[in-house]
Amino acid sequence: MNILSFLMLLPLIGTAFIALAPKTNVLLTKQIALVTTILVALVGIYMTISFDFNAKGFQFVESREWIPAFGIKYALGVDGIALVLILMSVLLTPIVVVAGWNESEGGRWSSKVFYSLLLVLETMMIGVFASTDVFLFYVFFEAMLVPVYFLIGGFGSGDRAAAAVKFLLYSLFGGLLMLASIIGIYVMATRYGNRTFDITTLSQLHTVLTPMMENVLFLGFFIAFAIKAPLWPLHTWLPDAAKSATPGTSVLLLGVLDKVGTFGMIRYCLTLFPEASKTFTPMIITLAVISILYGAFLAIGAKDIKRLIAYTSISHFGFITMGIFAMTSQGMSGSTLYMFNHGFSTAALFLVAGFMITRRNSSTISDFGGLQRVTPIMAWSFFIAGLSSLALPGLSSFVSEFLVLVGTFTRYPVAAVIATFGIVLAALYILIPVQRALHGPTTPGNENLSDLTLREKIAIAPVIATIVVLGFYPSPLLNIINPASQTIISQQGFSDPAPTMSEGK
Amino acid sequence: MIEFVSPTLDYALLAPILIVLGGAVLGVLIEAFAPRKSRASSQLFITLATLVLSLVSLIRVRDRSSSAAAMESVTFDGAGMLIQGSILIISIISVFLLADQENFTALAAALPGSDEERASLQQDLRVTEIYPLTLFAVAGMMLFPVATDLITLFVALEVLSLPLYLLAGLSRRRRLMSQEAALKYFLLGAFASAFFLMGIAYLYGYSSSVTFAGIHSAVIGGSGNDIYLLLGIAFISVGLLFKVGAVPFHAWSPDVYQGAPTAVTALMAAATKVAAFGAMLRIFYVSFAEAYWQWRPAIIAIALITMVFGSLVAIAQRDVKRMLAYSSIAHAGFLLSGVVALSKSGLESSIFYLFAYGIATVGAFGVVTLVRDSAGEVTDLNRWSGLGKRSPWVATAFAGFLLAFAGIPLTSGFIGKFSIFSAAYESGSTAILITGVLSSAIAAFFYIRVIVLMFFKDPVEDGTSVVIPSIYTQITITVSAVATFALGIYPTPLINFIQSSAAFLR
Repeated sequence: MNILSFLMLLPLIGTAFIALAPKTNVLLTKQIALVTTILVALVGIYMTISFDFNAKGFQFVESREWIPAFGIKYALGVDGIALVLILMSVLLTPIVVVAGWNESEGGRWSSKVFYSLLLVLETMMIGVFASTDVFLFYVFFEAMLVPVYFLIGGFGSGDRAAAAVKFLLYSLFGGLLMLASIIGIYVMATRYGNRTFDITTLSQLHTVLTPMMENVLFLGFFIAFAIKAPLWPLHTWLPDAAKSATPGTSVLLLGVLDKVGTFGMIRYCLTLFPEASKTFTPMIITLAVISILYGAFLAIGAKDIKRLIAYTSISHFGFITMGIFAMTSQGMSGSTLYMFNHGFSTAALFLVAGFMITRRNSSTISDFGGLQRVTPIMAWSFFIAGLSSLALPGLSSFVSEFLVLVGTFTRYPVAAVIATFGIVLAALYILIPVQRALHGPTTPGNENLSDLTLREKIAIAPVIATIVVLGFYPSPLLNIINPASQTIISQQGFSDPAPTMSEGK
Repeated sequence: MIEFVSPTLDYALLAPILIVLGGAVLGVLIEAFAPRKSRASSQLFITLATLVLSLVSLIRVRDRSSSAAAMESVTFDGAGMLIQGSILIISIISVFLLADQENFTALAAALPGSDEERASLQQDLRVTEIYPLTLFAVAGMMLFPVATDLITLFVALEVLSLPLYLLAGLSRRRRLMSQEAALKYFLLGAFASAFFLMGIAYLYGYSSSVTFAGIHSAVIGGSGNDIYLLLGIAFISVGLLFKVGAVPFHAWSPDVYQGAPTAVTALMAAATKVAAFGAMLRIFYVSFAEAYWQWRPAIIAIALITMVFGSLVAIAQRDVKRMLAYSSIAHAGFLLSGVVALSKSGLESSIFYLFAYGIATVGAFGVVTLVRDSAGEVTDLNRWSGLGKRSPWVATAFAGFLLAFAGIPLTSGFIGKFSIFSAAYESGSTAILITGVLSSAIAAFFYIRVIVLMFFKDPVEDGTSVVIPSIYTQITITVSAVATFALGIYPTPLINFIQSSAAFLR
């Protein structure tokens, strides 16, 4: 069996075991979920090790007929970009399970439901990155909404049902626009003699499309992805969803699911519609820059800690999108690395925020204060996560943000310069809450908060370790990513601008 | 002197229809002679046996196609066989719902509120006429999509409609509403039939023929007066669009869906739609195909209006049966895109869509019959809140059907939607693709609202509960749910089967 299929099958096996477990034995359910996700992570690491850095094209390829009448295949394969994102997903899931050990208990349904949904979601997260068939991708893209919807609506807090519905309707709307484009591609591919959804074959379709047609099809995909990786002005669902979901679900939502949007921009928008991508680039770069600044400003003003993290993510997704549409290989590599790093720094922020919220029963920033004295380990974890989010040199996000800005500057200097202000704003939106929540006098009522438990430390340690290690030594990941981004850049006729030497005096 | 030609009938091909008619007659005889006590069980057995036998005999002749089975009045071909098969399968699973007699009036003839009615309730009478009536309706439905002359088509229309009018009035609770629904259905149906007959007259005037083949050759020859052709197509379409519940001929369906006993609604919503679309596909593909410039713009317009109207109005519904009625109107719009596609893939995708939609519809109405209080079914959506807590499996099944209606991947509805919209777009109708996708987005809103109600709201303590009356209803819902997901996950066998058989014999 292909390793990707195996990776997708494992969580489903776990789900089957959970279904068999007795309802009263909550601990057993959690243990099954933990063991399963750790196994998946190990297989994922093994896959990364056995990935051939130098080979071009997709690896671990598998292709079976699924619905031959429509030319649909169950086709899997990964290039460097997809591999890195799968690795991120499978690493984050067990961390989410450990960190949110008690998350499933405040919900509307039993823990069995929670962990079944989580494991099914893991399968779909792997599938969505591993598909090399556009139709199969769409199936995962849409179907994964269902478990997330129930995870938010069933186990979240506050006005969780409304947030879940908002999330679902936004995503469905985008998904249906994408469906129209997929039907368009299908009909066009059939008309030009190749009834297939294979991404490699379809990447040549743009040569026969009229510019008008290509633009329209591009927009169907792009809007869906811009909703997913929320780009201003399609972002309004994210803060609500992130606030209402459990911290663990939020990690998966912002860390993994939203990446499907930016991943889709690379894999589908750029590959399938290179000309249209070029046409729309000025507009998209503008939107991305607006997102960077707008998200940052909202984050500065945020009073709720979960909304704050959601707004910072909108800013970060602006960076990622800008790097992608700069169409340079540094930008592309930077964006992919950014996706990975953002997954981990957001996970750190959300998980520590989750620990803080469970202790204080409030997510308002001003309710915290002086945590540095009361709970030093928790406070330091939050501080490091925050520094990573503002891209401090030496932490992982710095490398990727720098690459994105360099990659953008060579082509769009103005956008890159404006976006740099985002870094300044990032310092504000992280340091202000750090000052309010961690430093200063201890807010009354917080004196007796307990510091992180062993379980919480175990959950947060690998995340912070990853952030630090990748900050100093990002090349293992970049070695995986670079060939893939160069392939995408060169294959579709983009090119890196030639370096210009300033005329020396 | 007129030469007399003795009629030749191909009984093997006609057998599926004849068996159902025979079963219906047998059912009438049982009503007349068998003791009251044994009627319910024997009727159920006969009905099921008849339908299964008919399906078997249909499978035996699946590879034959002929237009001479009954003097060119009916044509058996791959497409007809698929549609007849779909009708039979859908009928079989909806008969299980009929078996739950709690839905039907004790004595149809008793006036609502009269002493007679009270007496009949005390004696615990059961109407068992529903079984032969259903069989007659099914026979009509099976004849409708294979009829290839206008007279047979009209007879089939009436055979399928009349029993349904009666069945719609047989509800046990809220009998006045049920009878009002029946009367409304009957009156509006009579109007539609009148239009239909008028269309037949015009087409006869145009082509001097009542057979589809004759009309087809007149259209190709182009010698007739096009005004008559246009009027004929228009009036015939009114009759057919009424049956499928397309805007602006939809007014009956919310009231009838709501008033009729839910088991009957299920049959009506699923099987009638299959039959009516089957007939519509045949007449448009076979007779009017070459005159597409006459009717295609109008049908496209109707399809667009139907999709948008059905989806928008469904949002405002507070009653689950009315909501499903408007959703079925929206689906009629989606299905019309298969008619306007006018291609082989249009035909194939329509058949797949009809089958998938029919199965999910029966399942959804099956769930509706389960949610009850002491006064019978609860159809007020607000009282469905918290259903997921009361009985998670029933709520999950219903959510599955709703997701299929909404066209979420891994359900049959998604494959149906994908294939029918691609067929429409392939034949050049961009408007249908765009409108279809957008109205699906609107429709998703109210399907999701019901899911929110069931799963994310707390139950109201007002005596609403889920009652599983018998194994029969359970079978229906289970089979429908399994089929809905199976066809979403691995539709290939069915699609291949449809692809290899779906064709109209001209």
